[in-house]
Amino acid sequence: MNFFKDAGHLLRFAGLFVIAFLLFWAIRGYVVPKSFGQYGHYRGAAIAEIAAHPVKYAGHAACETCHSDVVDVKTKGKHAHVNCEACHGPQAAHADDPGSVTPAKLDTGVLCVRCHAASAARPKNFPQVEAEEHSSGVSCETCHQPHSPAIDAAGPAAPAKASPAAAAGGAK
Amino acid sequence: MNLNRRHFLVLLPAAAVAWKAVLAGTPEAAANYQMADHWWGMLIDIPKCIGCGNCVRACQAENDVPDGNFRTWVERYHVTDETMTHPEVISPNGGKDGFPVAKEDAGKYFFVPKLCNQCADSPCTQVCPVGATFVTPDGAVLVDQTYCLGCAYCVQACPYGCRYIHPKKNVADKCTLCYHRITKGLTTVCCESCPTGARQLVDLKNPNDPIHAFLKTHSVQVLKPQMATGAKVYYNDLDGSVR
Repeated sequence: MNFFKDAGHLLRFAGLFVIAFLLFWAIRGYVVPKSFGQYGHYRGAAIAEIAAHPVKYAGHAACETCHSDVVDVKTKGKHAHVNCEACHGPQAAHADDPGSVTPAKLDTGVLCVRCHAASAARPKNFPQVEAEEHSSGVSCETCHQPHSPAIDAAGPAAPAKASPAAAAGGAK
Repeated sequence: MNLNRRHFLVLLPAAAVAWKAVLAGTPEAAANYQMADHWWGMLIDIPKCIGCGNCVRACQAENDVPDGNFRTWVERYHVTDETMTHPEVISPNGGKDGFPVAKEDAGKYFFVPKLCNQCADSPCTQVCPVGATFVTPDGAVLVDQTYCLGCAYCVQACPYGCRYIHPKKNVADKCTLCYHRITKGLTTVCCESCPTGARQLVDLKNPNDPIHAFLKTHSVQVLKPQMATGAKVYYNDLDGSVR
């Protein structure tokens, strides 16, 4: 009995300590998000929030479900591995609602030279032209079809490689 | 209410099931995407890069990147000096509008696309004082922008200069490896819009990914290997002058 009488001030202090700890625990439980620590020292729910951001580039698979005619032309040409949106830009809005969202018409004068304007900095094996002397102002699509750019056998400057592709297309 | 022992024993399992559902919370949105099945990275094939800037434009459009900041950018190296170690590097507007035509053909030119290296042991996530940036279980380094204070420790910590403070939101922003796309089965927007296939998204946990064969047969390097960041953006044919 004497012991408790003497230790009273310690017990009161310990009681205060316990109350402060419980208060801290309660506030912490309220403030720290539920998913904090789910995978590590961060809010686990943030992963799903970032994953839920909307997509603006639909991806070539979405384009190909409708535009199979373009795919047929493209797969035979040099641009087979250039994805649609590399030139056409973000088309997720068009893919979601093809009726009301129409993609903008493209300007080959801008697009072609982005990749094919001659520059010593580009890889040597990459096809490049000095735009001025190559066409002297005639727009690219006059001779080249962008989806399959090689000029076919009937054209004025028929490259040898174009013929088998054209023949294969005819046979089909 | 008078609850006898029989009723209590009948109700107990039902209560346990209900409590378990309460604890589990709402299920995650992405249904068939399993984070444990992936370990994302990227392969950049330098000899294929033509410096068109498609990746930079596409990234800015897809991710609403403010003008003047870049989640990815392209640098053009021109190495001519005697020791071939002091390149002249340009990246006008991050390569967004392409590059000036190079007339002179002396020395060597090449383009180096850069982005977040999605480090496995990333310096940027280690310095965050509030746990706002982290490496996900599938290997993407992300920023929780609702948690970020904007202190910019991570911007200084990144050895590759891949982070910036978003001028409107005042929080750290960076390449997410298009996390909103790769978790939906799409590729990143830079890979989607690259006309030559110089950039390829790779999944190091997928045994059928062509990256495994590529790594075995090519001289592949990461940027600043001496920093031991565990970078997962692999560069094929990287020149020694690239810093």
